[in-house]
Amino acid sequence: MNISRFFKTILMTDFIGGLFIAIKEIFKPKKTINYPFEKGKISPRFRGEHALRRYPNGEERCIACKLCEAVCPAQAITIESSQRADGSRKTTRYDIDMMKCIYCGLCEESCPVDAIVQGPNFEFSTETREELYYTKDKLLDNGDRWENILAANIKTDNPYR
Amino acid sequence: MDYLNIIFQEVYKILFLLVPVLVSVAMIVWLDRRVWAFVQKRQGPNVVGPFGLLQSLADALKYIFKEIIIPASSNKVIFILAPIITMTLALIAWAVIPFSESQVLANINVGILYIFAVSSLGVYGIIMGGWASNSKYPFLGSIRSAAQMVSYEVSIGIIIINVLLCVGSLNLNDIVLAQQNIWFIIPLFPMFVIYFISALAETNRPPFDLPEAEAELVAGYQTEYSGMMYAMFWLGEYANILLMCALGAILFLGGWLSPIDLYPFNLIPGALWLIFKILLLFILFALVKAIVPRYRYDQLMRLGWKIFLPLSLTYVILTASYLFYFNLLPTI
Repeated sequence: MNISRFFKTILMTDFIGGLFIAIKEIFKPKKTINYPFEKGKISPRFRGEHALRRYPNGEERCIACKLCEAVCPAQAITIESSQRADGSRKTTRYDIDMMKCIYCGLCEESCPVDAIVQGPNFEFSTETREELYYTKDKLLDNGDRWENILAANIKTDNPYR
Repeated sequence: MDYLNIIFQEVYKILFLLVPVLVSVAMIVWLDRRVWAFVQKRQGPNVVGPFGLLQSLADALKYIFKEIIIPASSNKVIFILAPIITMTLALIAWAVIPFSESQVLANINVGILYIFAVSSLGVYGIIMGGWASNSKYPFLGSIRSAAQMVSYEVSIGIIIINVLLCVGSLNLNDIVLAQQNIWFIIPLFPMFVIYFISALAETNRPPFDLPEAEAELVAGYQTEYSGMMYAMFWLGEYANILLMCALGAILFLGGWLSPIDLYPFNLIPGALWLIFKILLLFILFALVKAIVPRYRYDQLMRLGWKIFLPLSLTYVILTASYLFYFNLLPTI
């Protein structure tokens, strides 16, 4: 053991240096946030809870092309459709099994009319499994609730698509 | 009737000591977690109560309502006894800690020996817990813990001899009063450093938390414990840490004496000074937890037996010869 190493060990210089660094770090701003009270920034591309959007006149966008059902790698989406009195094809059933869903965003990308989208909401945990089988009503309801943010997100992300 | 009066008086006194100690143990857990979090630039517990001060109470409540699981193959009596012993031993040592010249529950002449004996017994709780669990991780954890506590107790004992040489009394109040002119941290500074590190090892704090090294031993001797029994180990551990801080404050930092005997300082009651010093030492404990990596087991033993023991023995000889040569030995 050489002399300088010996004195370094005896005087614990490294340890004391570390102690001072630790004391300095205490007074620096925190890197974490108070999660339930404040939330981090979310990208417009964030793939959270699903929503079915409507046109401004209240007509639902989905045309029951079933591209999302076909592209879904987890096969979480189930769609049934029929022709309405005015001759347009609309869904009678649009279910997403949120426990199967892997939040890959392929349904959103495959949709030709921007009907099914994934919104910024990630706090939709439930206490029972049944609540996570999303039906068409639930998805349309989500769409109505988040429409402002969803539209804004699609607009900001549009140049990069 | 007289008997009853005396008993009530004593119980009242004991409660007056015990309740603040338990409350401060809860607070100290919060402080520990908070300091640890701050060094790592996290928030730490800050939701329950003001600044999260009541976090430990919420945790304790959670532990109380949890189921106590007793392993089928364990030795049930000893298994249940172990956390009780750990906590009791950690708490009864507080009886002799002087908070001021008169505020001491039991002002016995062999105070320091009493504390030393009680903290040595503390290892039994851990051995019993680990062995009675009849499971490999607790067993290995308790073996490590026992070896570690025994080896560091030796150096703590010799450090205490250093102090006793300067005082000439085993009474904790006398030890404090002997520091009126100069705190022992100044002449015995190397001993203070060794005491601090040994206290870390003695209370199984990082970097010497080998008995509960979670990467190797799950949770050491506490692995099989749950609910209130786990909480008692946890309380006992922190009460022990607090006790070690109190002992350090009394032996080296002048206990309940104020730093300078001047007008605004000596108005503050001694108990507050002692609490302040304990807190200072504890914050150092918490800081150390945040900055150091864990020791390897052979390094731990090498540090205890090959470095601290010879160093403290040498210092005993130095202190003794110095006191003898300059005729400063305390007269009894």
